Amino acid sequence: MSAIVVEQLRKSYGELEAIKGIDLTVNEGEIFALLGPNGAGKTTTVEILEGYRERTSGTVSVFGFDPALRPEQMRARIGIVLQSAGVETYLTVAEVVDLYRGYYPKPRDRDEVLRLVGLDDRPTVRVGKLSGGQRRRLDVAVGICGNPDLLFLDEPTTGFDPGARRHAWATIRGLRDEGKTILLTTHFMDEAQALADRIAIMRAGTVVALGTIDEIQAGRDSSSRIRFEVSAEKTPPAHLVPTDARHGEHGYELWSNKPVDLLHRLTGWALEADVELANLSVSRPSLEDTYLELTGEAAEQTASE
Amino acid sequence: MRNLRLLVRQIRYENRAFWRNPAAAFFTFAFPLIFMFVFQAIFGDQIEGNGLTAAAFFTPAIVAFSIVNACFTSLAMTTVAVREEGILKRVRGTPLPAWVYLSARICHSVLVGLLLVVVVSAFGALVYNVAFPWDQVPVLILVLLLGSACFCALGLAISGLVPNERAAPAIVNAIILPLLFISDIFVRIPPDNLLAKVGDIFPVRHFAVALQGIWTPALDGPLDPMDLVWIAGWAVLGLVLALRLFRWEPRV
Repeated sequence: MSAIVVEQLRKSYGELEAIKGIDLTVNEGEIFALLGPNGAGKTTTVEILEGYRERTSGTVSVFGFDPALRPEQMRARIGIVLQSAGVETYLTVAEVVDLYRGYYPKPRDRDEVLRLVGLDDRPTVRVGKLSGGQRRRLDVAVGICGNPDLLFLDEPTTGFDPGARRHAWATIRGLRDEGKTILLTTHFMDEAQALADRIAIMRAGTVVALGTIDEIQAGRDSSSRIRFEVSAEKTPPAHLVPTDARHGEHGYELWSNKPVDLLHRLTGWALEADVELANLSVSRPSLEDTYLELTGEAAEQTASE
Repeated sequence: MRNLRLLVRQIRYENRAFWRNPAAAFFTFAFPLIFMFVFQAIFGDQIEGNGLTAAAFFTPAIVAFSIVNACFTSLAMTTVAVREEGILKRVRGTPLPAWVYLSARICHSVLVGLLLVVVVSAFGALVYNVAFPWDQVPVLILVLLLGSACFCALGLAISGLVPNERAAPAIVNAIILPLLFISDIFVRIPPDNLLAKVGDIFPVRHFAVALQGIWTPALDGPLDPMDLVWIAGWAVLGLVLALRLFRWEPRV
């Protein structure tokens, strides 16, 4: 079953076309991450799904409902954690969670909610006295307190320290294990890598990649990256390492579809010439490499260097 | 039935949050009393030589001011604040019906306004000997509720025109303060004065004059139903404007 189905979704603001006809499906029970640079159309897409924005054309369904009509039954089944949204400053943590729980037909137990987000030690603290990270946890608490089947998380761990991030990730995975569906937008590749069952990468209002991370990586350049450093006077011969492979002061970066073959010849030369290949590494391109390439940010970065 | 229960619950949370900010709550109540005290001190015991004390004029005037302050000024400003903080947007994403949330905010403003009316009336009666109109309580309640509805609607409408939280006091005061001066609230303006005629275009003066008619008919005569028609007209206009102008999301 699909929790979300998007077909040929378009959204224009006057002349500007923010979403240029995208297709997406989010399955029930999966964590789906939407990635892309600022201005790619992530937030617009998500806000159309949440019922905050109206679309220009295309069809959108959330549990079979049209979010543009904002039906109460749909809102009862979704939870929304916005990027920045206030809460009543003068209420306590427990009061806020109770206030919002009361809006939903089958809310989650309050203490359980506080435990899930890691605020169970501060139920009586006023919201105004919470730190930034604690406020963000309260946002998540308010998002999940109605026990929603679908949770929208817009950059949920921004401002978290590494420990708090791990805790948040565990919570999100726990929700998925209960069968909940999660649509996550994030800037952090490690977050997508750690959580997402499938991802979509957006660029300038279009989806440029969609699938599991492995699928997306496999569909790309399958070559491996080899990096090493040598001291200045011992340059490797040009037939092994082209001169444009320089990477940094002493380093080299090579891409090869046959890394074993190249490594064999490279290490052979190094042994013969008695050269130390410092920091030798072989790796697959990371999700971040793929992301930068797909979103065109890599080219911009190189150009600006 | 469920929505009614949600409404009562929402009002109780609004109320709890209101009293948790003691400074704001204190001055909400002290403000009208300070005005009454200062005006009585400035204008002394007599107005127009007809035997009425200044307090006989100021008690109903400050009652009107209390409702305007709670329903128009405060509601407009707090609505801009909760909108810009993103609370309205957050609430809109929950299954709580929008009208329940807004009604709770309106009801709370009206309750604060009515409580102020009680405090000001008691202050007038006990300190300045201005008799409370016990014989006209049903009419008084009707006038107060009509005025509250009118100023709440206008307050919500204005909130939609205010771009951000910092601009709210400037814009809202620029609208309401001149009106208060030409509407028999801070100073008495005889009905045939040009300023009174300008004031008569807007609802504040009709509201103040209606309350004077209940409290102090010796001043300009008893309650004139035309004043109520005028307030009702502004209430309808306010509602139409609020429906058009009200916004749920922060501007930035």
